[in-house]
This record gives sequence, C-alpha cells and structure tokens, in this order.
Amino acid sequence: MSDAVPMLPTLAAMFALAVGTFLLRLSGPFLRAKITFPARAEKLLEASAVVLLAALTAIAALTEGDDFVGPARPVGVLVGGVLAWRKAPFLVVVLAAAGTAALLRLAGVP
Amino acid sequence: MRSLWRTLDGGLLRDIALVCLAVGVIGLSYGAVAVTSGFAWWFPVLMGALVLAASSEFLFIGIIAAGGSPIAALLAGLLVNARHLPFGLAVPDVLGRGWRRMLGTHLMNDETVVFAIAQDELSNKRAAYWTCGLGILLCWPVGAALGALLGSVVEDTATLGLDAMFPAVILALILPALKDRALRRTALAGVALALAATTFLPTGLPVLAALAALPLFTVFTAKAAEGAAR
Repeated sequence: MSDAVPMLPTLAAMFALAVGTFLLRLSGPFLRAKITFPARAEKLLEASAVVLLAALTAIAALTEGDDFVGPARPVGVLVGGVLAWRKAPFLVVVLAAAGTAALLRLAGVP
Repeated sequence: MRSLWRTLDGGLLRDIALVCLAVGVIGLSYGAVAVTSGFAWWFPVLMGALVLAASSEFLFIGIIAAGGSPIAALLAGLLVNARHLPFGLAVPDVLGRGWRRMLGTHLMNDETVVFAIAQDELSNKRAAYWTCGLGILLCWPVGAALGALLGSVVEDTATLGLDAMFPAVILALILPALKDRALRRTALAGVALALAATTFLPTGLPVLAALAALPLFTVFTAKAAEGAAR
C-alpha cells in the first residue's frame, strides 16, 4: 500500500499539520489571556465560530476540491438538516444523510 | 471524570454520546477513504489522534490522493484549521490548568466548541467540552482504524453516502445557535460569501472568507435591540 503514497514527505507534512494545528488551538486562549475583551466582542467571537462552521457545512456539502459536487450529497445533507430541525435524534440525522445520498447514487444521481 | 458526568444531565450526555458515535462513523468513512487512496492503514489512525480535526484530515488525504504535494496538503490543512484560533478566543475558560491544559487545548474542535457554547454555566460548559472531547479522541481514531479495515473490503465508499455525513453533523450541531435571528442572517451571508469565493480562491480559503460577513452581525444585533426598545 505505502508504495502508492511517498511516505516520508507525507509523514513529515502530517506531523507539521499536527503541530501547526496545536499552535492554532493554543494561540486563541493565549491571546485572550493578554487582552481582556468586552462582552460585545465576546459575543462577536462566538458568532465568528458559528459563521465559520456554517460556511464549512456549505463548502463540505457542495464542493469537492475546486468543483461543485453532484446533487446526491447536498440533498442528503438537506434531508439530515430538516430532520435535525424537527429534533430527530442525532444518529438518525447522520444515517439519513448518508442513506439519502447512497440511495440517490444507486438511482444514478451523481 | 466522575464529577464531569454528574454535572451533565441525561439528555445532554445522550447528545454527546451520539455525537461521538457519529464521529466514529465519520471516522469509518475517513479511514476507508484513506486506505483506498493508497495510504497505509495506520496513517489515518495516527493522523486522527495527532491532528484531531476531521475536515483538515479529509482535505490532507484528498490532496495527496489527487497527486498534490505534501506541502500543499499541509498548507490547506492549516488553513482549514485556522478557525481554531477564533474558537480558542470564544471558549478559553474550559481548558483547565497545567498538563490538563495541553490536553484540553488538543481537544478543541468543531463539536466540543459547539457543545461548550450551548451550555449556560461555566461548570456545564467545562463538563460538556471535556466529555465530548475525550469521547472524540477515542472514537475518531478507532473509527478510522475500523474504516481502514472496511476500506480493504468496500471498493467505493461514496456509494454508501459517507461523504454526506460530515456536513450533516456540523449542520445539526449549529442549528440551535442559528435560532438567533441576527446570527442566522450573518451565517447565511457568510455562506454566500464562502460559496462565491470557491470560484476564485484555492481550497481551504473560502471557509475563512465567510468571516467577512461578521460586521453584519453587529448591524443585525443593533437593529434587533432597537426593535426591542421600541
């Protein structure tokens, strides 16, 4: 298997990603210990996390690399979203999203 | 751990358990995708434990599998994970002290932050954050290992719809926060910006472009306060 992926540079990049991600996680609380934020700024920071996650949802649901994906995945995500909105259990949401996409692909929808 | 469990009520604990279970199932798809892309079985497991940020790992594997360079995969992964900086600004009180702080910092991710934000009191925020985080630290690599096994059996994991799981998970997690009208409108504007940015920005950057919508949040909340005062 490992001959398909040049292992050493990839492994080095993975460790660098692990370290870099840890530093990113560390820098938020570190910055905050240096500066005190007013309550309004704090609300704005919470909002920024939600906005990022919403964008991540849309990007992950609709794109693959630089291209838009076929309808099967976004429709699956939408079904999951509606179920979540109707307060369906979490696992039902996740399995319904995957199941919908799988069924659509079975029917020939990309 | 025991004190963490006691602080959480049953409903919340069940929600966290289900999220961890779902993360394990997404880990399945991740491990399977990695192995079918030509990675050794231990690679997604090791990366899962060390990076512990699903979307960046999918991206990393995807770029390498598509023939991209490790440097490109690294930069894209870091870009996607840049959101952990504002995350860390939003929830710093839950991380603990001393060596625990190192672990607590490592546990910071989409799900733990959402659960922490959703709780009212600090003790509940901390309990939800740690319970969810430790659960994910266990379920994500274990799911990846099982997926790597599965990947050598199932040919094309897309036929199972596994790629629809990750966005559905994040969507379900942020829905409660989106009940806030101002936040919902801001998030929608951010989504529009991010999607528009995919047409000209390289992979990983469009998510960050959504932050340009944040000034709207100030405008929308000011409007809401005005409406309430009237």
